[in-house]
Amino acid sequence: MGGLDLSFVNWDLISKFVINGFWFSVQLTLIATVGGILLGTVLALMRLSGKAFLVIPATIYVNGLRSIPLVMVILWFFLLVPLLIGRPIGAELSAIITFIVFEAAYFSEIMRAGIQSIARGQVYAGQALGMTYGQNMRLVVLPQAFRNMLPVLLTQTIILFQDTSLVYAIGAYDLLKGFVTAGKIYGRPEEAYILAALVYFAVCFGLSYMVKRLQSRIAIIR
Amino acid sequence: MAWDWQVFCKTTTDGELMPSCLGRGGDITYLDWMLQAWGWTLSVAACAWVIAVVTGVLIGTLRTLPNNPWVVRLANAWVELFRNIPILVQLFLWYFVIPKAFPVMQQIPGFLLVVFALGFFTSARIAEQVRAGIQALPRGQRYAGLAVGFSTAQTYRYVLLPMAFRIILPPLTSESMNLLKNSSVAFAVSIAELTMFAMQAQEETSRGIEVYLAVTALYAASAFAVNRIFAFIEKKVQIPGFTVAPGTGGH
Repeated sequence: MGGLDLSFVNWDLISKFVINGFWFSVQLTLIATVGGILLGTVLALMRLSGKAFLVIPATIYVNGLRSIPLVMVILWFFLLVPLLIGRPIGAELSAIITFIVFEAAYFSEIMRAGIQSIARGQVYAGQALGMTYGQNMRLVVLPQAFRNMLPVLLTQTIILFQDTSLVYAIGAYDLLKGFVTAGKIYGRPEEAYILAALVYFAVCFGLSYMVKRLQSRIAIIR
Repeated sequence: MAWDWQVFCKTTTDGELMPSCLGRGGDITYLDWMLQAWGWTLSVAACAWVIAVVTGVLIGTLRTLPNNPWVVRLANAWVELFRNIPILVQLFLWYFVIPKAFPVMQQIPGFLLVVFALGFFTSARIAEQVRAGIQALPRGQRYAGLAVGFSTAQTYRYVLLPMAFRIILPPLTSESMNLLKNSSVAFAVSIAELTMFAMQAQEETSRGIEVYLAVTALYAASAFAVNRIFAFIEKKVQIPGFTVAPGTGGH
């Protein structure tokens, strides 16, 4: 190809431009995963509660968010949150809020499937022991649902890590932005895109390999 | 906060209010612009969908071929390559890097490069579904095909693929909706699609909420339409007595 020159890459560039972005992408992924699973579990419990005043709002929330592009959700929050709280917030904080809210819709579908995968007898056994709904969920159903769904949850986290690159839309400084900035400053944009692709690939491929290993190890033999 | 939906009836050049809401002569209103942008979104998604399905079915089928370890490995590598790089980064590679690396590609319009990026990204996911669909069939189906004297190609054509096609319809539905939603990344390379329109019109008119609401509604309506089309197909091709469990999809 027309002279691929990677000689501009050195520790200085990595420490100045890339590390910060990478750290933000990782932070965003972890916070959104934890927040998304917590909020998603609540949404899943609402949808499975059988009470219309809980089922309907949770269903609208999940199906509504799942039918619009993440980029639009990112733009929405970047526009709305400052209007609601009356002062501007940074692109980074806006991105964190957006990802928790958005990913919760997807995590809730996973948790719902997980809870439904638990045999009814487990719930009845909990009730027979005199457990309340909360105890039953916390001690019997959710731990098993979480275990069954762990590979799927982790796969969703890998997708989430890829999705963090979309904060490009509001100019937050993530891994991709780090490479793009470095590429601009050193006048080597094409090489920077290739490097970004390599880093994303290495991280996602490595993680999905580990998920596959985990999946075969934790599978419950029935 | 007051609504101002009239913003859509204003021209994009001098903000003059058009009584018909549509532009005349050379002028266009924001409504015109948005409808054109919707058209771009739908065409990008539709063209990419064709590439994604053709490539995805091909690669997915190759992954299940018996006695061809190298073909299977190559097809697996294809899936891993396109699945593990974010769509936005892949878009940049297609749009900026490939034309620079291969000067022949400079003749290709940007629209097509975006279609390639989205199409191949989605093809990896469809290939995964096709593989799972074929492998979900009982092994006896393949043997039955061979037993009646079919070649491998005929076994796939007449026995395995028609059944696998029905199995993968539900996940293919959500993947097609994902493709439509993912087309929003084209804003990053200045394709005049809905998200691009939303960002620019928001900046020009300062009526972000109205603009975003309209764009969001168009996305949701388009995704819903895709969903209904597939539900229709699913009903039409259903084989009595052969039902499949609904699948879940990523995004």
